[in-house]
Amino acid sequence: MNLPVTIKFVIDLLAVLLLALGIKGLSKVKSARDANRLAAFAMSLSVLGLLSYYLGTSGIAIQSWIWIIIGSILGSLVGAILAKKVPMTSMPETVALFNGCGGMSSLLVALGVAIFPISGGQENFDFFKSLINEVSISVSIFVGAITFTGSIVAMAKLQGWLSTPGWTQSKVRHFVNIVFAVASLIAFFDLINGNTSSIWLLVIVSSLLGIGVTLPIGGADMPVVISLLNSYSGIAAAAAGFVVDSQLLIVAGAMVGAAGLILTQVMCKGMNRSLVSVLFGGSLSAQSTTSSGSGEYTNITSCSVEECALTLEAANKVIIVPGYGLAVAQAQHTLREVTKKLEQNGIEVVYAIHPVAGRMPGHMNVLLAEADVPYEQLKEMDVVNPDFPATDVVLVLGANDVVNPQAKNDNSSPLYGMPVLDVQEARTVFVIKRGMSAGYSGIKNDLFDLPNTSMVFGDAKKVLNDLIGELKDLGVGEK
Amino acid sequence: MSFVSLLWVLLLGSLLGLELIGKVPPTLHTPLMSGANAISGITMLAALTLIVKAEGNLPLLIIGSVSLGFALFNVVGGFFVTDRMLAMFSRKPSNKK
Repeated sequence: MNLPVTIKFVIDLLAVLLLALGIKGLSKVKSARDANRLAAFAMSLSVLGLLSYYLGTSGIAIQSWIWIIIGSILGSLVGAILAKKVPMTSMPETVALFNGCGGMSSLLVALGVAIFPISGGQENFDFFKSLINEVSISVSIFVGAITFTGSIVAMAKLQGWLSTPGWTQSKVRHFVNIVFAVASLIAFFDLINGNTSSIWLLVIVSSLLGIGVTLPIGGADMPVVISLLNSYSGIAAAAAGFVVDSQLLIVAGAMVGAAGLILTQVMCKGMNRSLVSVLFGGSLSAQSTTSSGSGEYTNITSCSVEECALTLEAANKVIIVPGYGLAVAQAQHTLREVTKKLEQNGIEVVYAIHPVAGRMPGHMNVLLAEADVPYEQLKEMDVVNPDFPATDVVLVLGANDVVNPQAKNDNSSPLYGMPVLDVQEARTVFVIKRGMSAGYSGIKNDLFDLPNTSMVFGDAKKVLNDLIGELKDLGVGEK
Repeated sequence: MSFVSLLWVLLLGSLLGLELIGKVPPTLHTPLMSGANAISGITMLAALTLIVKAEGNLPLLIIGSVSLGFALFNVVGGFFVTDRMLAMFSRKPSNKK
């Protein structure tokens, strides 16, 4: 090995090590932030390693430098600006967007290599010479295209730009997707056989497949899909690694791919959904209309903000159950004001965080952290569930399915078996909600019918603001 | 490197990925996903290779540059957004009243 090769080898090894440590560190609260920076450092190291390798061997033409600088400045700048500006509530769709662009990048690399097979006999770079190159190019295009279009559809659905079209809930979609899948398979083999022109067919059909698979999936399952697509973009990167013969790319891609799969599984478990039913089952609401429509509400008690304030004032222990509705209403800061008042009055306040509260696991923690809620007050489901019987008041804010007792009691319910917060065990439950609409799953919530549950109708932020006023009138939190 | 050894690299990398994420508190699922997502932008290395090897082939240079841009959008944005989320967690202990 000559010097540049050795240097690159050492740098790559170091980068892999640091990336692995980074992913590992990201799974602990204490080390997470440093780990993220470590991973970022490892990525820049790998770029330096690659550039110095080429400088030391074949050299880099001025023209190449120009295009490198244009591409990297534009990409980094837009990425950085978006990352700084985007509100925390739209984190899931942002991750989806970033992810899709990663897939697009792998797709473009493979496409470039396939359309312009580079002549000139550089080592490792005579493409289409071997079967392996063709296979890896095809895989890279296939997975990259699915990742890109799938992520964009996921983002658009989360943003509310795209709704779930009716036909995608019928069986037709399976037929359509099978057609796309078969067509991409044909293009795939055609391409491997050396028919370069079918590359466009592969690009188009796999893009359509990405759309067709993601479009029918309901909003509740979107996080799982994003996590799965994240795993795909790792696979696409690994495939691109085969295309340009880079071990570093293969290792890093494989790590992300595998880690993404595990994370996907964890999320599925939290929602009591299998990956298969997420991917092929359509959205839950479509099923529930046929399976368990368990009827109308019979015993709804609604109450005013004033009553709610009076009950809160008399309480010793209050548990808050925040959901995505809270985040949508941008009410986490108002909520914090309410809880501050209660705390000043000596009332114990705790937040119960369901594993899938928000739109992604952990999303709610991020949102509450943004509103300065102390970390110790956030309790995970398993920790907080035994506390409900000793709790005076539970405030459910914008959460629905995660507090549905059906999941425990009714084995005909689609929710049955999903871990839920046992809020009904508390003495009084207030549910702050806009109206009687169902949650993500579209399933009736038995909690609302219980005698100890009262509904406070209204926008979460407005209700909380009113609550602050009422509490002030009662002299809560002013000593 | 031979194809077989690259396959070994793939296999070991996947196993490493499976091992790394064992127990993650739900709090960190979103940042972890976002961080891992940033790492998948490692295809920027492939894009760089493409540009360097393009040898004056303009369409290839452009494709490589666009690809590099997409990848860096993924990487830079991903790491920044992850840092923003994690900053909120680390800020808290000092903020106790």
